[in-house]
Amino acid sequence: MRSKRIFWLLIVSAAAMTGTGLALGQAGQVLVRAANICLECVGIG
Amino acid sequence: MDRGRRTGIQAAAALIQNANFRGFFTGRIYQGGLKTVCVPGLNCYSCPGALGACPIGSLQSMLGAKTFRFPYYVLGLLVFFGALLGRAVCGFLCPMGLIQDLLDRIKITVKHPKFKGDKALRYLKYAVLLVTVVALPIAVKLTPFFCKYLCPSGTLAGIMLALADSSVGALLGSRFAFKFAILALVILASAVIYRPFCKYLCPLGAFYSLFNRVSAVRLSTDESACVSCGICASACGMGVDPSRDPNSPECVRCGACVSACPYKAISWVYPGSVYSRENAGEQRPAKVEKE
Repeated sequence: MRSKRIFWLLIVSAAAMTGTGLALGQAGQVLVRAANICLECVGIG
Repeated sequence: MDRGRRTGIQAAAALIQNANFRGFFTGRIYQGGLKTVCVPGLNCYSCPGALGACPIGSLQSMLGAKTFRFPYYVLGLLVFFGALLGRAVCGFLCPMGLIQDLLDRIKITVKHPKFKGDKALRYLKYAVLLVTVVALPIAVKLTPFFCKYLCPSGTLAGIMLALADSSVGALLGSRFAFKFAILALVILASAVIYRPFCKYLCPLGAFYSLFNRVSAVRLSTDESACVSCGICASACGMGVDPSRDPNSPECVRCGACVSACPYKAISWVYPGSVYSRENAGEQRPAKVEKE
């Protein structure tokens, strides 16, 4: 029962955080990063 | 669930996450709107096939931005995946997990050796998460330390980009050589130890492990059916004893223990399931007390 309550608390927190992030335009920041080749990731340099 | 079926799910997940097939030939990465969404597993966004964003790479780039802003979006998605699936992401959806599972099938006489220091090394992934993914990117701006120095998924992406585009290949230098050595180490170790990267290094696995005890997808052990024979523990590649701790942070939910248990004492728990529903209509084998 306790784990079920924690689970729902986490789901609500996740929804709130994702919503806040979307409202702040953070999805766009992720896109900027992910849509260009990450030189560090692939080992260039 | 048998191993073949799980491998099928892992392969399907890896294909869906890397469905920009044209990129593997042109060396051009996908730049569409889907890249705003983080995938649940460790899948480099610079992979020519990647449709989504890597959650660990995205988290580092948000934390390491010039002006710090709390990464609500990425963390929210990560908490969502964690609360729903826990480390079932590692067992079913992560491409790095699939690669290691396939390497584990290479027949080498000694498998899953328990060496001294294994238990201590398990904590290394939490240090990797805290230091290279959180602390260092905040301290040294614009530097995703985990991606830059450790991530084998990024190295694989680099290899695929270089194969498709020779101009990228010409740019690979000493840092790539260092990362390639880490990838080679992971590959070699995977043939002897079950999922060494997941056990000791993966920051995403470390994050999801925090949710294993409360996630919607879990395992449950029926104590009245368990005879403590130890078959489940010996079937577990991650070194967990499911009869004692079915929701250990180390469990990647591969389901080997569920298949191995002759008494059907271990079962999956997921949303909508009644505890042991799938075994409810089945007669359990008679419990035999261990001598």
